[in-house]
Amino acid sequence: MRQGRVQFGGIVRVVSLDFVPEAVVDDYVMVHVGFAISRVAADEAERTYKLLEEMGALQEELATDPEGGTGDSTG
Amino acid sequence: MKYLSEYRDERIARALAAEIAERTTSPWVLMEICGGQTHTIMRYGLDELLPPGLELVHGPGCPVCVTPLETIDAAIELALRPEVILVSYGDMLRVPGSRSDLFRAKAQGAEVRVVYSPMEALKIAREHPSRKVVFLAIGFETTAPANAMAAWQAKQEGLTNFSLLVSHVLVPPAIRGLLASPANRVQAFIAPGHVCTIMGCAEYEALVRDFNVPIVVGGFEPIDLLQAVLMLVKQLEAGEAKLENQYVRSVSYQGNLPAQQVMAQVFEVADQKWRGLGSIPGSGLRLREEFAAYDATRVFSLHDISVEEPAECISAQVLQGLKKPTDCSAFGTRCTPESPMGAPMVSSEGACAAYYRYRRRAVAS
Repeated sequence: MRQGRVQFGGIVRVVSLDFVPEAVVDDYVMVHVGFAISRVAADEAERTYKLLEEMGALQEELATDPEGGTGDSTG
Repeated sequence: MKYLSEYRDERIARALAAEIAERTTSPWVLMEICGGQTHTIMRYGLDELLPPGLELVHGPGCPVCVTPLETIDAAIELALRPEVILVSYGDMLRVPGSRSDLFRAKAQGAEVRVVYSPMEALKIAREHPSRKVVFLAIGFETTAPANAMAAWQAKQEGLTNFSLLVSHVLVPPAIRGLLASPANRVQAFIAPGHVCTIMGCAEYEALVRDFNVPIVVGGFEPIDLLQAVLMLVKQLEAGEAKLENQYVRSVSYQGNLPAQQVMAQVFEVADQKWRGLGSIPGSGLRLREEFAAYDATRVFSLHDISVEEPAECISAQVLQGLKKPTDCSAFGTRCTPESPMGAPMVSSEGACAAYYRYRRRAVAS
């Protein structure tokens, strides 16, 4: 049984790597009930985020409300 | 934390919400399947960012909520036997069975232990050879490979004091049931990203084909969910129905093959009862014949029982997206997380609990 130490925020837990044989040190993994179930695809994560960020930046330029994007939205 | 904070960025969330509003010209009803997604929607108030007429209803994807009463009753019955140590995930303890719950059984002297992983249940069995350790193995496809691994490992080691009380459910047959129902209002689905991380996308493609319904596999962060909603709105407005994957950083088309392999070795598909929804053909998993020695229902010769839900609880309609938790006359008064009447009020993934935690003000006003 292959195991690895995974850091979640501040906590370190030993998790099974049986389902992600391709995982190596420094990878980001998705963990469920003590088992890593996927290796986070860094390239995909970054590509999605970049697209979204460009969209957010564009929206900000178009926004007329100087308070827009900050503060408590629950009111 | 990496891959988390980016997906909670308020600026991006507002940009997505603005684009969703711009694209929405008709009213649409979307359902998120997974309770984890429901929790994020309520916690961040994502539904309040959506334009009027674009409605999110909450699906049956809370494993604790759909575990049948009969399984809870069986777990309590086993826990009360002096030779048994009943091992469970934590959020099962408060779930009401027909007469009691595991917490009360524990107070009556039953040995009930909470674990984070099924592997800890195995460890307890190794450490207590004179006791019978029963693991309450519940969950969706996300949890099934881990629970399967516990049975597989127990067999490898030749453990004779370990068994599983299995109540496993599968998402696609439940979606099929919802879509086939004449009462269905749902026009598009956000498929559960963690279930698809294990199972891949093919089963959802079949649903798209059979019912001509748009499905987007979605993640669990606010940005993931808003992006999934936008993808669905674009399809609906264009009159399209296809399968798309928003959660590409975790979900591949074929899914996690090593996990699927262990699952298939240990479990086989069976008819399954869902709390609130009734029996759905081929919607669950049971241990294969080779693992009969690890099946608690066989080890303890448990008999089939059938019990009724409290009449006032509307969780069945809530789980089908027909009613909102706040439509219930008991919500927040006779039914609270401290004293739940139905399972969706128990689990943090339950729709009623999420509304109670984040939406009580809306109810009061």
